[in-house]
Amino acid sequence: MIDLILQLAPAWAEAHAPALIIVLPLLAGPISAFLPGSGRIAWIMTMVVTALCTLLSIILLAQVRSVEGGAVISYAMGGWAPPYGIEFRIDALNVLVLMLVSFIAFLTSIFGWPTIRAEINEEKRAMFFGAFQVCFMGLLGVAATGDAFNLFVFLELSSIATYVLVALGSGRDRRALPAAINYLLMGTIGASFYVVGVGFLYAATGTLNMADLAIQLQDTSGNRAVQVGFAFILVGLGLKAAMFPLHQWLPNAYTYSPSFVTAFLAATATKVAIYALVRFLFSVFSLEFIFEGASLALILTPMGIAAMLACSFQAIFQTDVRRTLAYSSVAQVGYMLLGISLGTAAGVSAGMFHLVNHALMKGALFMAVAGVVLTYQGTRIHDFAGLGRSAPWTMTAFAIAALSLIGVPLTAGFQSKFALVSALLASGWWWAALIVVFSSVLAVVYMGRILQAVFFKPPNNPQKRQKEAPMLLLGPLWVLALANLWIGINGNFVVGLANDAAQALFIGGVR
Amino acid sequence: MKTDHHVILRVVAKPLIPIISLFALYVHFHGDYSPGGGFQAGVIIAVAVILYSLIFGITPAMRAVPPWFARSLSALGFIIFGAVGVWALMMGGNYLDYDALFNEEPGGHYGQHYGILFVELGVLFAVAGSMLSIFYAFAGRVTEIKDEDW
Amino acid sequence: MVEFILERGNYWAIIGLMMIGLYTLFSSTNLIKRLVGLSVFQTSIILFYISLSRIDGGTAPILFGADAKGHGGDHAEDVAAAAAHGADAAHGVAADAGHGVADTAHGAASHGLEHIYSNPLPHVLMLTAIVVGVATLAVGLAIVVRIREAYGTIESDEIREMDLEVALAEYAHDHPGEADPA
Repeated sequence: MIDLILQLAPAWAEAHAPALIIVLPLLAGPISAFLPGSGRIAWIMTMVVTALCTLLSIILLAQVRSVEGGAVISYAMGGWAPPYGIEFRIDALNVLVLMLVSFIAFLTSIFGWPTIRAEINEEKRAMFFGAFQVCFMGLLGVAATGDAFNLFVFLELSSIATYVLVALGSGRDRRALPAAINYLLMGTIGASFYVVGVGFLYAATGTLNMADLAIQLQDTSGNRAVQVGFAFILVGLGLKAAMFPLHQWLPNAYTYSPSFVTAFLAATATKVAIYALVRFLFSVFSLEFIFEGASLALILTPMGIAAMLACSFQAIFQTDVRRTLAYSSVAQVGYMLLGISLGTAAGVSAGMFHLVNHALMKGALFMAVAGVVLTYQGTRIHDFAGLGRSAPWTMTAFAIAALSLIGVPLTAGFQSKFALVSALLASGWWWAALIVVFSSVLAVVYMGRILQAVFFKPPNNPQKRQKEAPMLLLGPLWVLALANLWIGINGNFVVGLANDAAQALFIGGVR
Repeated sequence: MKTDHHVILRVVAKPLIPIISLFALYVHFHGDYSPGGGFQAGVIIAVAVILYSLIFGITPAMRAVPPWFARSLSALGFIIFGAVGVWALMMGGNYLDYDALFNEEPGGHYGQHYGILFVELGVLFAVAGSMLSIFYAFAGRVTEIKDEDW
Repeated sequence: MVEFILERGNYWAIIGLMMIGLYTLFSSTNLIKRLVGLSVFQTSIILFYISLSRIDGGTAPILFGADAKGHGGDHAEDVAAAAAHGADAAHGVAADAGHGVADTAHGAASHGLEHIYSNPLPHVLMLTAIVVGVATLAVGLAIVVRIREAYGTIESDEIREMDLEVALAEYAHDHPGEADPA
């Protein structure tokens, strides 16, 4: 399979894939923002670009996996050799994130057209797609870059585009505007904290390249500047990743932004921030530094557990489906942080595995909600009553993804929670494993409320006719739902990727 | 007519605007030897137009430099920047590798010299266009805040 | 003690600005004031980076005098090469400045430069950060304008109250006959 991809891919695409995957949406974004018409051409262009990026990420994956244990592809931007120039560095960890982001972007952009036509004004649609591509490019850039400051630039590029996209939800509900400004204030604080942290690291080492930083930071465990920098970076990236007490921006932003944006953001934005956090925790800083010098386990573990419990409880009491799912997202980030805070290869692997699975299930759930918004205009649980009969295809996919979120066997969610629990037990954290199980019970409650309304309650409005979401929406939705089932039955492919990613961190993919 | 009570401002601003624009070009092209470059030049060009609109009003400014032009200018800047990178790719170098632009022998400087000039030109367009777009977006709004609200 | 404080005057200023910015951001209810706080906060970061780049006796990082001649000569196109060498030299200086020891003479001497230059890299980084900050501010102000149009106010507590009323009305609509949850 890998050989076949490498044979089929043209040589120039192989050599320049790390740059092309960023440059393509970077150039296509501004062009598509000025395309004439009602946005349909811009939409087609977005689809083509995201499809090409997916292909490029597959090529990168094949290149990384062509070597046993994972190759490291280093690309010097502008021919300036690292550590002085900006380096794009692809290893087993970030190729996974690149593939996830571009694949989800491709699926969401296919389903995007019907919902955008319903929710966004005609003259704003081309701009909307331009902003979407810039956001997409920023997320890819965060994943691909090997330069600490460059990561900040890409993070802010994607965030600024995200604020615009969230604010565009104001056409449907004006509450999108306060949500967007709150997201902007919190997100900018997060990014600024990250920059301060990078500044401290630069003061201590004189380099910004992550691989070089890792080498320079090895003998600085007692350095106060490095410790302060670490704290700033942890808080900054934690804000972006919606780590538990820093998640206040997330529920409103997910609830009121256009459905297309919610589906994309929920599946990618926090995931990329978590990737950046993992990158800093395990490959820029050394394990000894974080676990002995800064005692990470005392910070990250309680935060992960608090997220799993508090946000699951909050999710139970919501009346809006999207808000329930948003709180559930914060809780799921808690699972990933718990896996990461173990500090073992098995824990990080379980965290990354859950990251991929969560992207697939939240993508599917929010796409199904988008379908309901499109046909029935409403996102409250009340509006979902009886939809199991009037929109069976949409709601079956919704149910599959919901079961996966709960962690029912034969779904992706079960596989990654199982991996997480095994990793916890292997480290002797049986109490944490119990909390994971308890939090899953809470997930049964909050998803059960929605599923009960969907399948067992009579429709609120008897005039609701049999009406499915359009085919453009059902296709990507079912691709994601089936992906959940496929990983649940045979997860070897993704488990292999996650294991390679964790190995790359622990055996020294960067160092 | 009492319209020309800003006559001093108008008289001073009129000759200043072309000089400001020229200075922007100087800052751009002299960026090789002194502080400067496309970013600063772009802001200065935008300042020239903004000064014009402050003195003569937003409507004449929008007639002189239409908002669609400002927006297209920023997109064009992006594309110039990206195109230089793609040019380097086509010549066999890495993305934005100026040395590859003219297929020079090692030690040649034309690539570095012109590469940065083109890229900065893209930056100039992008910055000038976006600054103007931002200015128009805020200044061009019809005011709806009444005096007693302040 | 006094020396300890005075020696680090730039850091005190930066910390002060940072706290003023964050305090304004969190305590104010007016959205414009919150954006102002954000800008002050970002400015303190810019100052932080710029003060990192300073080297005792260093001048603006543009090769001049004998340094420029030694690297390039008088030909216009050679100056580009000089600039490239300058970048290399700057990296050397960056590393030295970073280690905290003011061994700048070594940094300059080891690259055969006559003058001492400040580290240009943080300046370049902050140029990018300023652009990012401007873009964020522009988007933020645009959203505030739209909020003013949609709500008629830019006080975040008033906006929250209005939203709460809407949410309660929705709840009452969905659950007729139940007691008001508030």
